Amino acid sequence: MSADPPRRARLQVLAHDPLLWSAALLTFFVFGMNELRPIFAAVFPQLDRPIFTQDSFVALTAAHLELVALSSVAAIVIGVAAGVFVTRPLGREFRPLVERVVAIGQTFPPVAVLAVAAPLLGFGKWPALIALALYGLLPIVQNTVAGIESVPGSAHEAAKGLGMSAARILRRIELPLAMPVIIAGIRTSVIINIGTAALASTVGAKSLGTPIIVGLAGFNTAYILQGSIVVGLLAVVVDLCFDRLLRFLDRWRDDTPRDVSAEAGQVRSAAS
Amino acid sequence: MIIFEHVGKAFADVVAIDDLSLTIAEGEFVVVIGRSGSGKSTTLKLLNRLVEHDSGRIVFAGDEIRRFKPEELRRRMGYAIQSIGLFPHWTVEQNIGTVPELLGWPRARIRDRVTELMELLDLAPETYRGRYPHQLSGGQQQRVGVARALAGDPAVLLMDEPFGSLDPVTRETLQQEIVRIHKASGKTILFVTHDIDEALRLATRIVLLDRGRVVQVGTAREILEQPATDFVSDFVGRGDIGIKLLGLDTVAAFVRRGESAAGDPIAISASLREALSMLVARRVDRLPVADDDGRLVGVIALADLAKPRP
Repeated sequence: MSADPPRRARLQVLAHDPLLWSAALLTFFVFGMNELRPIFAAVFPQLDRPIFTQDSFVALTAAHLELVALSSVAAIVIGVAAGVFVTRPLGREFRPLVERVVAIGQTFPPVAVLAVAAPLLGFGKWPALIALALYGLLPIVQNTVAGIESVPGSAHEAAKGLGMSAARILRRIELPLAMPVIIAGIRTSVIINIGTAALASTVGAKSLGTPIIVGLAGFNTAYILQGSIVVGLLAVVVDLCFDRLLRFLDRWRDDTPRDVSAEAGQVRSAAS
Repeated sequence: MIIFEHVGKAFADVVAIDDLSLTIAEGEFVVVIGRSGSGKSTTLKLLNRLVEHDSGRIVFAGDEIRRFKPEELRRRMGYAIQSIGLFPHWTVEQNIGTVPELLGWPRARIRDRVTELMELLDLAPETYRGRYPHQLSGGQQQRVGVARALAGDPAVLLMDEPFGSLDPVTRETLQQEIVRIHKASGKTILFVTHDIDEALRLATRIVLLDRGRVVQVGTAREILEQPATDFVSDFVGRGDIGIKLLGLDTVAAFVRRGESAAGDPIAISASLREALSMLVARRVDRLPVADDDGRLVGVIALADLAKPRP
């Protein structure tokens, strides 16, 4: 009996959890697209093939995620490194240059980068990866710089004055304090990348953009819808995951002192 | 022992420290005082090499400070600043344990040291150990800042206006505590302030700086009784010098034993300044004096306050 209220509360939290629902929906569309055949057939009676079947949606999603993961990892490694570099005394001079270059990287429409990269690198995955990585750099560099600059000057001075080395200050003070801002930049970058990766199919890389492009070419609205729904849900799910991560990283900013919340917990359990 | 020998420092042609020579013996509580921009903070930072001097020599523990690795030098000198600079993502325990961790102490020893320091600075260890800085009041944060500076058991404590942003009551409590810590530990303390009353209350020796130059070095009494220049007189507050001198002595120096007077007694450990204030406020010329146990031991008389010290 006494275990009931917390359990019910937990169920309620689950029921209101958008991450759970959007993830369930995504799983359903990825693995069960074929089950939707009657619905798409009913909505688009003029189409012979109402479901995209050249590739399974599982394979398309996996390929899409691979593109996003590889390009994002490259963007994160280069972006964070560049952001850290230009906030060091040694790299301060390079800051305007790096920011300019990175901004150009994002000003270029990814389609244009793909168009330039394809003849140079051939068709397939590589031009897509390069275009995506370049395109995702800006928010990461910007947020890394902003995050490190938001570290209170007094904490920096104290760390130095107490005898921390520059490397240790970076690792133990600057990066942890900047982390929420850096993660926010990575979040923006990855979400942009999930959408943009659909364009990779224009240069022959397999992605969730494939049904969209095939659908556009063959006037198959059902294909376009199927690709778009899965890409959209994927973006929503990943975004909500970042939201969770950020809340976890910010947990120490919680205003309730620990012992007070412990007391409150006791009071609550005593009341029930 | 710390020695400054003809030390100079300029920031882009602006002289910050001009020919500074000063010897600080072990166990001294030296307060460096001056107006904003007089070079007092710079003096402190020259010592732990947050600022490098241009000319002259600075010696610490028998060696020129440039012979030390900056990080090692700093770990041997505690550092507390006005803006405190606690690490916001670390608990009180982690903050205080910063230097011991850098020194590679074992975990259990760090924990014991943190507990000891929290007790020393009147922070209940079990209540505050796991709290984050933003969950503390300003005074508690500065206590943590001072505890952190003391944690590595440094030979020297450098304090840059550590109590400057606190309310007067909290400031006075912390001043008393730092005096107590100084007496108990025998550490050398180099303390920067712009508040003359703080300097008079804390220092065993005061260094008055003006535009990067030492104007006068001496005990509180020397500075008040024999100000070297008009600048010193102005700085200590010309009209207040008598009152400030009274602040340096306790009632014990002038108590007339065996006599008695009416009214609430004043503590024998109170300053003469407080005694004067009480005499004036009550419009009487004699006050009963009680010792630490509350027993009446004699009186303090208004007329005695103007006499030379017995």
